[in-house]
Amino acid sequence: MKIVTANDLRSGAVVWWDGQGWSLHVDAAVDAGDTADAVIATEQAAQRVVSAYVVDAARDGAEVRPTHIKERVRALGPTCRLDLSLKPADPAAGNWVI
Amino acid sequence: MADVQFRFRADEPVADPAVTVDAFGAQSNAVAVRLEPGDEARDLLPHLARLRLIEVNFPAFTDGRGYSYARILREAGYTGELRAVGDIGIDQLSPLRRCGFDAIAPEHELNAEDAHAALARWPHAYQATGDGHAPIWALRHGVKA
Amino acid sequence: MYLYDKYDQAMVDARVAEFRDQTRRRLEGHLSEEAFRPLRLQNGLYLQLHAYMLRVAIPYGTLSGAQMRLLGDIADKYDRGYGHFTTRQNIQYNWIKLEETPDILADLAKVEMHAIQTSGNCIRNISSDQYAGAAADELIDPRPYAELLRQWSSFHPEFLTLPRKFKICVIASETDRAAMRLHDIGIRIVRNSAGEIGAAFYVGGGMGRTPMIAPLIREFVPLDQLITYSEACLRVYNSHGRRDNKYKARIKILVHEMGAAEYTRQVEAEFAHLLTQGIEPPLAELERISAHFIDPAFVAGAPEIDLSNPAFAKWVAANTAQHKHPGYAIVNISLKPLPSDGKQGIPGDATADQIRVMADLARDHSFDECRVTHAQNIVLPHVQRADLFAVWQKLVAADLATPNLDEITDIIACPGLDYCSLANARSIPVAQKITARFAETGAALGELKLKISGCINACGHHHAGHIGILGVDRKGTENYQLLLGGSEGADVSLGQITGPGFDEDGIVGAIERATEVYTAHKQGGERFLDTYRRIGMSPFKEAIYG
Repeated sequence: MKIVTANDLRSGAVVWWDGQGWSLHVDAAVDAGDTADAVIATEQAAQRVVSAYVVDAARDGAEVRPTHIKERVRALGPTCRLDLSLKPADPAAGNWVI
Repeated sequence: MADVQFRFRADEPVADPAVTVDAFGAQSNAVAVRLEPGDEARDLLPHLARLRLIEVNFPAFTDGRGYSYARILREAGYTGELRAVGDIGIDQLSPLRRCGFDAIAPEHELNAEDAHAALARWPHAYQATGDGHAPIWALRHGVKA
Repeated sequence: MYLYDKYDQAMVDARVAEFRDQTRRRLEGHLSEEAFRPLRLQNGLYLQLHAYMLRVAIPYGTLSGAQMRLLGDIADKYDRGYGHFTTRQNIQYNWIKLEETPDILADLAKVEMHAIQTSGNCIRNISSDQYAGAAADELIDPRPYAELLRQWSSFHPEFLTLPRKFKICVIASETDRAAMRLHDIGIRIVRNSAGEIGAAFYVGGGMGRTPMIAPLIREFVPLDQLITYSEACLRVYNSHGRRDNKYKARIKILVHEMGAAEYTRQVEAEFAHLLTQGIEPPLAELERISAHFIDPAFVAGAPEIDLSNPAFAKWVAANTAQHKHPGYAIVNISLKPLPSDGKQGIPGDATADQIRVMADLARDHSFDECRVTHAQNIVLPHVQRADLFAVWQKLVAADLATPNLDEITDIIACPGLDYCSLANARSIPVAQKITARFAETGAALGELKLKISGCINACGHHHAGHIGILGVDRKGTENYQLLLGGSEGADVSLGQITGPGFDEDGIVGAIERATEVYTAHKQGGERFLDTYRRIGMSPFKEAIYG
């Protein structure tokens, strides 16, 4: 699937297009398919997000797994500081990245 | 051709179209020329006396060669209109002025209030760039820049 | 150290107002991201893998206790409780909000700090020797010249849209502690045969994708022509540097493609012209700046110290360096901790509390001054030898007393794929694995400078490592190439790749085998680097690849 990621313009937070808005969690990402470019154009023009781009990913049940390691790190947070990631209580969270 | 939105000279604007450097070489009565990035500003030095308008094109504001061309021309004694044209935004106005441009023709019209604020932003400058303002080091030591 | 006068303060304050206005225009939609991006970069604000990252300038790596303290407070107030010291003597915060950045810059301006030109295609932070003003081997303190150049380069209207970034380094000793030859312009302050002080200019060095050592362009520039000569160098670059390809746009490419002789000819011609333009500040300005860098009021004191505490003695031997004054020492604070209690450190990171501890140590024990090194460590330049034990105890209490300066566990590592959107591989986990592997045995290997970059942009300076590691993307998995034999010092050299790359565990094993080759072959007091240079790559290659 093709999902869309971006950074919130004001806060810089990494966000994922969930079909209607932007979620902090990659599992909420939808397959934007052909609408990706339009979403990116609209959302950037509205000053909501910046640096939006399309990412290859696969859905695995409730989880969405970006194809490339860079976006998996982006989705989780720094693997060397899991306490700052989206899964601070999960010591195995880093394994998902690899 | 975009209009001159800001002009900091009292004399009459030059109406002649600015020709390319190549064409200028062939036309002995041309008084206006346009420099593109990659041209040699010093090619114009033998002709400064007859030049009344030099345009410097900024096709992309990130290509800053024109700033050097402007200073080279002013340092050589050019006192005619030095006009910046092209991809120019509010935030380029101050450095353009400091490098000697006295006319700005941005391809998209700029907000006048923002432009005024940008041009009034800097109380001082660290460098002597020939724009008439004493740099900070001159103010500190009471010397003429 | 340099203190702002009313002009300097006015400029920094104007910059804060300018960025506040630019941010307002961006958030209101009057400024596109494309137009805003260079503006925020020239105020140090990057968009990174997880958030905005702010790079605060620490001019030539020098700061006061109060400035260091504010850096710690910023980490708490605006970030997530820590900062990262960089290979260009700056500090980075990884979790910054754009909408708060004008306020951060305003806070910085109150203590004479800023983030001006720490990114973007402009002249960046000017780096220098972290032992400046304290080292016994320097000709003179290089920092007044760095400060003169800092002011000259700040908001220089002709050089704000260069083809690419531009990094300048100034040193004043034959020992190069700042990787001077690997900068776009490297300046060494020298004395000529007539006894005059001036500057040797090396232009066209750099790391990144195509590492190059800067050739000598001018052997001696008199002190009252420094700015004019620098301007000539920059104008030739601004006019002729490549703008067609981002990866060929540095001045090193221009000097290489044009040839050093032709580049020199053009600079000398421009220089001759600029000498007629009166752009050089009077010598009185250099004297005014130099007055801020006179020796502090050193007091006489016994050089002998009690080394009966073995841990203290180890730290003194590893982390203190000789000061020009016999009663003092230069103290190095390593930000490369060894693993303890199952916790691993991150090279160059310090918590807000640690930053404040270092600020207090600077204030109380180092004439209110500390330094950031390009090896991502901190220096207290002027510590009385009689105070060393007390300083060490405070460092121990703050987990800042790792006695590993310049050892294999004193790793320089870029943030890598854990933080950086440019990276191809993570560098921090590799650094941690190497540190863990050599925690006990590293000291015995002596001086061994290991540097890791997570991508070819080489922010970890891996080309200049005795051992260098380059992280690459090999079909979607992280892979690490090993280089040997680089050096950033006066004996500057670029590392050579050993052969095929490794995965994360493989690179640690390869390094272990390389150190075994060193141990087996070393003669006398040779460093790893010396043994490598003497015996060559083959024995290492054999051992690594079997």
